[in-house]
Amino acid sequence: MITDTRRRIQEEIDKSLTQLDQLVKITKLPIITDKNGSPLWVDVRELDLRYQIPVKKIYKFYEGLGKGKVMATKCPKCGAIYFPPQADCSKCRSSDLEWIEMPAEGEVVAFTKIFVKPVSFSHYPDYYVVVARMSNGVNVTAWYRGKDQPKVGERVKLNVVERDPEGYLTYEFEPWG
Amino acid sequence: MTRNVAIIGTGHSKFGVRTDVNMQELAWEAVSQALEESGVEQKDVEFFTVGNAGAWSSENLPAIVVGEYCGLNPKGTMRVEAACATGSAALRDAYLAIKSGEVDIAIAIGVEQMHQSPNPTVVELIGRAGNYFWEFENSGLTFPGYYALYATAYMAKYGAKEEDLGLVAIKNHHYGSMNPYAQFYGKEITMEEYLKSRMVAYPLKLLDSSPITDGAAAVVLASEEVVKKYTDSPIWIEAQAAASGSANLSRRDDFTSIEAARIAAKEAYKRAKIDDSEPWKSMDVADVHDCFTIAEILAYEDLGFANRGEGVKLIREGQTKIGGKIPVNVDGGLKAKGHPIGATGVSMAVSMARQLLGRAPKGTQATIRNGRALSHNVGGTGHYAYVTIYSTRRPGN
Ligand SMILES: [Zn+2]
Repeated sequence: MITDTRRRIQEEIDKSLTQLDQLVKITKLPIITDKNGSPLWVDVRELDLRYQIPVKKIYKFYEGLGKGKVMATKCPKCGAIYFPPQADCSKCRSSDLEWIEMPAEGEVVAFTKIFVKPVSFSHYPDYYVVVARMSNGVNVTAWYRGKDQPKVGERVKLNVVERDPEGYLTYEFEPWG
Repeated sequence: MTRNVAIIGTGHSKFGVRTDVNMQELAWEAVSQALEESGVEQKDVEFFTVGNAGAWSSENLPAIVVGEYCGLNPKGTMRVEAACATGSAALRDAYLAIKSGEVDIAIAIGVEQMHQSPNPTVVELIGRAGNYFWEFENSGLTFPGYYALYATAYMAKYGAKEEDLGLVAIKNHHYGSMNPYAQFYGKEITMEEYLKSRMVAYPLKLLDSSPITDGAAAVVLASEEVVKKYTDSPIWIEAQAAASGSANLSRRDDFTSIEAARIAAKEAYKRAKIDDSEPWKSMDVADVHDCFTIAEILAYEDLGFANRGEGVKLIREGQTKIGGKIPVNVDGGLKAKGHPIGATGVSMAVSMARQLLGRAPKGTQATIRNGRALSHNVGGTGHYAYVTIYSTRRPGN
């Protein structure tokens, strides 16, 4: 559950801030000493950033996920397929793009496994990320859920999945066979 | 009107964990040295640019904080951002201000203090450099992760081995160990240590990666009209070119080469009238963007120092050491000198100028025959690319 994960992370933050509070109580200053012996002022102002990103023009993509489909846009004029989907074809300066479904079949072009993770991904086990060329020639970057390490050239399948523990809909690869 | 522009003074702070100073104090270390070296006073500086990628450090408007501290007010300024090529972009704006004829003296400053935030936060912020919404939000890619994608594709296509990447790390640590400004000054590494180092993003290990670094660098630039007032040995910026690549890595066709770097190199060679079939022949030394070992091998190929797929041969044969075909990153590179994002491009300019003047630290001086050097500075994962060519001869002469 995401609420448990969030509570665990918040507890760790609270623990370090409580230590800071105690330091301020004793010394009247939020200054710690780092491992090089340099005094550091620990910011008393905190900024929590969680952006709100407009998705109105590509909302069909999210409706598609709800139906188990990964959607892309296609320019009727030049035929360009856009994934990630975008509302405008800058080549043609055209804005009435069609929605098409991405094919399920792709081939691994490049992969990695992330061991040292960003803070906001620290609650996941180590994960594989793959760039695959789909059968329509368009690349997709996504996680790869397989027992073994993927290989360049390997066939993969694109799926709509629920990302746990957050529980939101997204897309991932799995081995084809 | 366009005219020639030269570097007439260089400044460089010690790179590393620099929590003994704040960001503006760190910038001043480089700026004061560059002013001293050039003989220019603050009142003579007409414009200054500040390269700072930021987010991990507290000041949101670094250019004015640095400007105030360095006594550069009320001259015009701007903060410049081009990810890891921020320093080269800062150099470019200062260079163009002079080249255009608007000002005669400008300073390009690069500064970054990454240790104002804990390492995991820095990992997060660099990972967000690319297309945040589509490639970070879902995939949690990290900076090593992005280059790891290139590494697996390159290794699969050309049969490069882990040990080949290790050779890059060992070479750059070797030279960095002799550079007093380097984060890993005095620290050579062995193949055994390299192979045993912790995996960061498969196949890249800790010792494939440039470190998290605080540092600053600065160069004073002057127009050809005023150069003579200050120095008999200017280093001319012979040419510079920039290019960009798609924000989404998935929009790239090829993961075995950085297209933006190839385009910038080709254009820079054209502007400097360098034969791009064997460009290394007219160069004495180069600094390339080795944020990860694989990136240095890609750089050899993107710059035309080796054919596609043969960059790995160059490192195996030792051709990029001093005495080889083209010495590369003999200041330690990003790998061992450190990679304070906004300072890196300016640091490259400082290293190349000092190389051409025969002022490199002991054991790291390349032989200067052509009087020409090159820097290759990539931002993000081929999102930005800047190639700069430096010369002891005034362009057009
Ligand atoms: Zn179109």
